[in-house]
Amino acid sequence: MDQFANLLLSGLSTGSVYGLVALGFNVIFKSTGAINFAQGEWVMMGGMVAAAAYAAHVPLGLAALCAIVAVVMVALFSERFIVRRLAVQTPLAVTLIMIAVAICTKSLVMLVLGKNAFDLPGFTGSTPVDVFGLRVHPQSFWIVGVAAVVMLVTHWFFARTILGKAMRAVAAQPEAAALCGIEPRMALALSFALAACIGAVAGVIITPLTLTSFDHGTVLGFKGFSAAMLGGLGSLPGAMLGGVLLGLLEALAGGWISSHFKDAVAFVALLATLFWRPSGILGRGAVDRV
Amino acid sequence: MPPRIARATTLDIRRRRVRAAVIVWLLFASWPLLAGNNYVLSLGVFFFINMLLIGGLNLVMGYGGQISLCQAGFFGLGAYISGVLSLRYGVPPFLGVLLALLGSTLTAFLIGLPALRLRGHYLAMATLGFNAILSVLFVELVPLTGGPNGLAGIPPFALVGFAFDTPARFFWLAWSAGLVLMLLVASLLASRAGRALRAVSGSEVAADSMGIDPFHTKLKAFMFSAACAGVAGALYAHFNQYASPETFSLSTSVLLVVMVALGGWGHYWGPVLGAALFTAVPELLHRFQDAELLVFGIGMVLVLLYLPGGLAGAPHRWRKLLGASRHSEVVPVARLPR
Repeated sequence: MDQFANLLLSGLSTGSVYGLVALGFNVIFKSTGAINFAQGEWVMMGGMVAAAAYAAHVPLGLAALCAIVAVVMVALFSERFIVRRLAVQTPLAVTLIMIAVAICTKSLVMLVLGKNAFDLPGFTGSTPVDVFGLRVHPQSFWIVGVAAVVMLVTHWFFARTILGKAMRAVAAQPEAAALCGIEPRMALALSFALAACIGAVAGVIITPLTLTSFDHGTVLGFKGFSAAMLGGLGSLPGAMLGGVLLGLLEALAGGWISSHFKDAVAFVALLATLFWRPSGILGRGAVDRV
Repeated sequence: MPPRIARATTLDIRRRRVRAAVIVWLLFASWPLLAGNNYVLSLGVFFFINMLLIGGLNLVMGYGGQISLCQAGFFGLGAYISGVLSLRYGVPPFLGVLLALLGSTLTAFLIGLPALRLRGHYLAMATLGFNAILSVLFVELVPLTGGPNGLAGIPPFALVGFAFDTPARFFWLAWSAGLVLMLLVASLLASRAGRALRAVSGSEVAADSMGIDPFHTKLKAFMFSAACAGVAGALYAHFNQYASPETFSLSTSVLLVVMVALGGWGHYWGPVLGAALFTAVPELLHRFQDAELLVFGIGMVLVLLYLPGGLAGAPHRWRKLLGASRHSEVVPVARLPR
């Protein structure tokens, strides 16, 4: 029973991070229709910059802020000088160029910050807290809490603010939105900034638990992507649901079946979703079959 | 008579293309004379293996308009099928190549069947997941694949007592495999199936209305590309006599996509240039190994932004920019399919 509860808890915290990565994916998928391969690298970069700043004796809060600003700048740079310069911004073209951007981001982080793993301390220490007889790393609470807050703020942003509504309008009908006076390019830049910000936050909160190094982003990105598929590509609540579900599945499969095949769980879930319900759990079923 | 003139020009172009191909393959054949040692010679072998990988992928990406992120996975599948069968069960390597081809083609069929039925880039997602699963299997099925340490001691190809166990002997095998691929692609592109593939990449709806089934066309292209990768894997396993799971990871698949884009997608000679880059650049950057990824990444950004036809499309583009229309040749300019 204890083991089960432990697995649930660890699944919930990694799942929240997957959910955040999936959320970032969905924001860019909605505005471009492309798969953003750089999302995982942004997460990695967030963790790396925060950890490097902390290692240089910057206070933790400020280090986290530095990381978010740095990642958002990189994403905006990629959007302004690379994606926007594409002659035709078809989903395929944007996906391909984001593969290139991801490769560049990853190798630049490696060249600047090195190949060593970085660590951050837990936001409120690292002594396990006792919860109903379970020993829990306090960072787990931070991860779940921050993920929930980010999720709610994102939801509020798209549902309530004028900027969020404008972005949804552009995603739905760029020409009509432009007629209403919304600049589609502004919406694209904004979606990159938002996705990068969410990614950086995910990177900062997971680092105290798992360490980070330049090659952590790719796999995290792919798992987050599986979570987005599972929940329904383009659905914001689906991202969180898919992420948590995937985290739990992974933890339970790792604990009960075999830790060797744990890494395959996310991708089996991805394939299963594609084959049986391509629109995902909360997707609207707008998938064309040929 | 205008029709006869037109006919003569196309014949001319055809002759010119055949002549170019013969020259290129003769140049490739002179590599053993130019290569000073076995190491450089073996780079030639890897060049042809990469050509198989990238050439197959170019059909799916350049002509089919779909991204496949499992080319390295099929490469590994081929390597392990042939490697494990010959090492553990004594299957002759030449039979192993055939089984590798069949195995990877069948797998591609099973993946493509559901993924290609969906409109959009679901093949990218399915293949991404499948390559990741294959990677885990290669590492974890230790009794079969040797696990993370790799599969060592794979026997070389042998034909009635003659073993292809040195780069000098293997070179001709790889050279012929590359030649067969390029001949196959040329005849495929000139055939009804090739025209169908190009029509589908232009517009699925239009192709559909002309009686071309987009789903079947893309599925066939995907299976063909997996078959190429399977053969490449078997060749690699019996040449290297060792296979390690890292070679077949998702990051290799991503790099192969990069090579298709750099070489020139949807261009006949694109994969040859892509394979040359993929083989040569890591060697040239030996001293700055860490910069390799950055070079590929920046190269891809530049190519996608300023040279959408890749390196193979560059001469045509420059000719167009210079305004000289010396040739009436119609080169299929790579377009980004929607």
